[in-house]
Amino acid sequence: MPIGLYIHVPFCQRKCPYCDFYSAVPAQGQQELYTRAVLESLRQVPFFVDSVDTIYFGGGTPSLLGGGGIARILDGASKSFPILPGAEITVECNPHSALKEEIKLMRSAGVNRLSFGMQSASDEHLKLLGRLHTVAEVSSAVTAAQQAGVEHISLDLMLATPGQEFSHIDAAVSLCSRLGVEHVSSYLLKIEEGTPFSKNNTAALCPDEDRQADLYQYAVKALESAGYQQYEISNFSRNGHISRHNMKYWDCQPYLGIGPSAHSFIDGRRRYFPRDLAGFLAAANPWDLLQDDGTGGDLSEYLMLRLRLCEGISFKTLSKRYPQSDLQLLRKKARPFEKAGLLTMDDERIRLTVDGFLVSNGIICELADV
Amino acid sequence: MSDRRKNIRNFCIIAHIDHGKSTLADRILEQTSTVSLRDMEDQILDNMDIERERGITIKARAVQLTYKADDGETYSFNLIDTPGHVDFNYEVSRSLAACEGAVLVVDASQGIEAQTLANTYLAIEHDLEVTPVLNKIDLPAADPERVAHEVEDIIGIPCMDAPRISAKTGINIHEVLERIVTDIPSPKGEEDAPLKALIFDSYYDSYRGVIVYVRVMDGVVKPGMTIRMMSSGAEFTVVETGFLGATTLVPQKELFAGQVGYIAASIKSVKDTKVGDTVTDATRPAQEPLPGYREVKPMVFSGVYPADGAKYPDLRDALEKLQLNDASLSFQPETSVALGFGFRCGFLGLLHMEIIQERLEREYNLDLITTAPSVEYNITLTNGEKITIDNPTNYPDPALIQSAEEPFVKASIFTPSAYIGNIMELCQERRGIYLDTKYLDTDRVELHYELPLNEIVYDFFDSLKSRTKGYASFDYELDGYRPSKLVKLDILLNGDIVDALSFIVFADSAYPRARRMAERLKEHIPRQMFEVPIQAAIGGKIIARETVKAMRKDVLAKCYGGDITRKKKLLEKQKEGKKRMRQLGTVSVPQEAFMAVLKLGDD
Repeated sequence: MPIGLYIHVPFCQRKCPYCDFYSAVPAQGQQELYTRAVLESLRQVPFFVDSVDTIYFGGGTPSLLGGGGIARILDGASKSFPILPGAEITVECNPHSALKEEIKLMRSAGVNRLSFGMQSASDEHLKLLGRLHTVAEVSSAVTAAQQAGVEHISLDLMLATPGQEFSHIDAAVSLCSRLGVEHVSSYLLKIEEGTPFSKNNTAALCPDEDRQADLYQYAVKALESAGYQQYEISNFSRNGHISRHNMKYWDCQPYLGIGPSAHSFIDGRRRYFPRDLAGFLAAANPWDLLQDDGTGGDLSEYLMLRLRLCEGISFKTLSKRYPQSDLQLLRKKARPFEKAGLLTMDDERIRLTVDGFLVSNGIICELADV
Repeated sequence: MSDRRKNIRNFCIIAHIDHGKSTLADRILEQTSTVSLRDMEDQILDNMDIERERGITIKARAVQLTYKADDGETYSFNLIDTPGHVDFNYEVSRSLAACEGAVLVVDASQGIEAQTLANTYLAIEHDLEVTPVLNKIDLPAADPERVAHEVEDIIGIPCMDAPRISAKTGINIHEVLERIVTDIPSPKGEEDAPLKALIFDSYYDSYRGVIVYVRVMDGVVKPGMTIRMMSSGAEFTVVETGFLGATTLVPQKELFAGQVGYIAASIKSVKDTKVGDTVTDATRPAQEPLPGYREVKPMVFSGVYPADGAKYPDLRDALEKLQLNDASLSFQPETSVALGFGFRCGFLGLLHMEIIQERLEREYNLDLITTAPSVEYNITLTNGEKITIDNPTNYPDPALIQSAEEPFVKASIFTPSAYIGNIMELCQERRGIYLDTKYLDTDRVELHYELPLNEIVYDFFDSLKSRTKGYASFDYELDGYRPSKLVKLDILLNGDIVDALSFIVFADSAYPRARRMAERLKEHIPRQMFEVPIQAAIGGKIIARETVKAMRKDVLAKCYGGDITRKKKLLEKQKEGKKRMRQLGTVSVPQEAFMAVLKLGDD
C-alpha cells in the first residue's frame, strides 16, 4: 500500500510570534547540511516502504531549502522507494520567500502543489501577526506559481486574530477566489504556551469565545458561497481538490516523517524524531534518534480523526476496520448531540455539523470513548 | 502540706492575634530550658500544621516548666495555652478555670486591640490575676509609655512598671518570669479533701488510650485509684499520672491539689473525658462537681462527601480517628442523589467545620465536597408529630408542617463605641433582636442581641470583624428555640433538583438568597456542550433563574503534521478534567461550585 512521506524543514526567516512548530532561523550553511541529513535519512529508511503517493514538505518554511534543495530531496526519495505517478507533492511556502525562479525549479522537480501562508488579506493584520510579507506579495507569488504550471495552490487564512472583523474575512475569501486557488486552510488562532503571543497575553486582544465561534461560522459560510466546500474542520476545497496528504492523517493511513519533530505512523506504531536539529545533523544515522510513541490507529484514534471530516464516519467502513466496535453504543452516545444539532446521523454515517465542529473536543471525548 | 503548693504557678498567656503570644511562650520555654535550643521549633505549643499556618490555636495545650527564681527558690510553672476563636469559647473558659493568673501580652506599638480586651475580661471573669507585659519594644514604632497608659486607662490594671520586652529578640524575658512568680498567686485547694480535678483537654493516644489533661483542685490522684467522671459516671482505673513536658509526658507518682498534669486510665474514647467534667475518686467521691460544666453540642451540620465515591470507607475511617480526639465532632452516614454516600457531620461552628475538613484533606489525603451548613430545626407536623431536621433533604412537605422553630442565641459583642452603628446594622440584617447596651467605660461597649443561630453560622464572625476593623469580639450561647417562618430552597440544574445544594432558609430571606445562589452557581459552572438552566425554587415555584450558556468553541483547529499522540493527550486531559467534576445528569459541576455556595453571606 502506498504511504505518505513528510519532510520537516525546521527553518524560518523569522519566527512568527504565534507559532510553536519546531523551527528556527538557520545558521550559515545549515540548509545545505540539513538537505544532506535528509538525503542520508532517505538512504537509510529502516522500514519497508512499498511506494509513496503523497509527499509533503512542511515546516518551518520548506521553501528556504531552495528549489534546488527540494529537487535533490525528491530525487533522493525516488531512489529509496517508488513514487507513484500522479503523486501529490506539496511544499509549504511563505509568499515572501517563494521566489519565481525557485518555484520553477520545484515545478520541474515534480512539485505540483504549493501551500502559501497568506494568513490575512490585510497588511495591517499581517504586521500584527509578525508576518514578513504583504498582501501584494501573496498575489504575485500565487501568479508566479500558476505561471510555472503548479496545478494545486492552497492558501492559509487565520481566524480570530486580534481585531478581526467579518469584513476582513470577506476580503480574504474574495482574494482567494480572485486568484483562483483551489484550496483554503482556515484555522482559528490558538495561543500556544511558550510563544511570544502567550507571553504578551495577546489572548486579551483576541475575540472572546462567542465571537471566535461567530467568526468561524462566518468564514465557513463565506468560503462555501465562494465555492470552497468544507471537507475538514479547517479545510476547504473547490472541485474536490482536497489535500491528499493531510487526508492520510485524518483517515489513520500510514506515513513516514523525516526531520526533527516529524512524526510517523508506520507498521501500526507512532514514532517521532526529537525536537533537536543539532542532534539530527550530527547523527551518522538519523534513524537512531527515532522515538517510539506507542501503538496507533485504534478505534478511538480513528473516531477522533474521522470526526474532523465532513464526511464523518461510515458505519460500514467502521465495522469493516474495527469489527469489535459497538455501533449501537456509538449511536446511543451520539443521540443527545444529534438533538442539539451538533451532529447528524442516518443509516450510513455520523457527521458533525459546523456547530458540532466548533465544540468537537467534547463530542469526540464522548464518542471516541467506546 | 501547703508548702507543696507554694512554688506552683498555673497561668495562661492572653493576647490579641499577632501580639506575640506564641513567641513569648517559645521564649519562656527556652529560658526555662524546658526545651533545648536544638529541639526548639518555632511555636512549639501550636503543634498541629493547621494551627501553625493559620497562627491560631485550636486545641488547648499545656506544658510544665521549671524555673529557678531570683529568690533562690525553684518554681514549677504550668503554662496553659488556649484556643482563640468563638467556636471554642467553652474550651477557653475551662482552660482559664485551670489557672490562677494570666500574662497579658500587649503590642507596644499597636496598643490595646479588640481581643486584648475580650480576653482580659474573660480572664477577670474567671478571677485570674492579670499581669501585663508590653511586647515588641524592638520595633521603631513602639511606644511603651503610651500603651502602658492605655492599659491603665482602659482596662484599669496597673501597667506602668510592666516588663517591656521583645519576645522576638529575647529582651527582658527574665522579668516576665519573675512577675509570674511574684504577681500570680499559688494555687489553693485541700489535699485531704475528696478528689476534684477539672478536665480541660484530652487527646487519644493509640497505645495508651485517652490522655486526660487535668487541673487538680482538691485531693490527690495516683495510679491504682479508681476514678469517676462525675457527669457520665464512667469509672476507670488510673494507670499513670504525670506532668506535661514540652515534648513528652513525664510520669509522676501522683498529682495533688494545685497541680496540672495528665491521667492515663485506659480510656477508649474522648467521649468519656468531656472538657469541663470533674474527675473524682470513685471510692470517696466529691459531694459536688466543679461548677461550669456544659455539654458541648454540635451547632452546625453539613454533609461531607468524598469527591471520589470509592473513598467512602477511607472517609469513615478518618472521621472515626478524628472523633477519638475531638468529642465535639459528630457524624452519621447519609446519602445524596447528587453526591452519593457520605456523612452528616456536626460541628461547633464554621471554623471548626473548616478545620475538620482541612484535617481530613491533609492528614488523610481525602478530596471532599461539603454541602451548605445547616442548624437543627424543630418542626411540628400537622399530625402533631415533632421532628428535628438538620438536613434540608429531610425537610417535610410544606403542606404537612404546622409550625417550625429555629434555634436562637444570646450574643454579647464587645466593641469600641465607634463601631456601635456598624454592628447594629449587621445584627439587623441578620434578624437580630436588640436587648441592651452596657457601657463598660467611656469607650468600651458590650452589646447584647438575640440572633438566630442560622444567621451567625455562615460568616457572622468574619462580617463582624470586617465591619469593625477587627476590634469587635463576640461570644454567644444557645438560648432555645423560637417559632419561625422557614422554607426549603431547592436548586435545579437542567430541571433536576440537586439535593446537595438545597438549604433551609428564613422565608423573607429566600428571594435574595435564591438570587445570589443562582448567580454564584452561574459563575462556577463552566459552559458545557448544552445550555444549563439554573433555577431556585420553593416547593414547585421557581423564584430565581440563571442560564449557563452552551459552550460555543472547544476545538483543536489545527491537526496537521501527524502528531496525533499530542492531540490525543490533549483530549485525555480534557476528559480527566471533566471526571474531576460531579456529573449531575448531563451537567458537570466542579467541586468549587459546592464550596462557593457555602460562602454566600455578605457580598
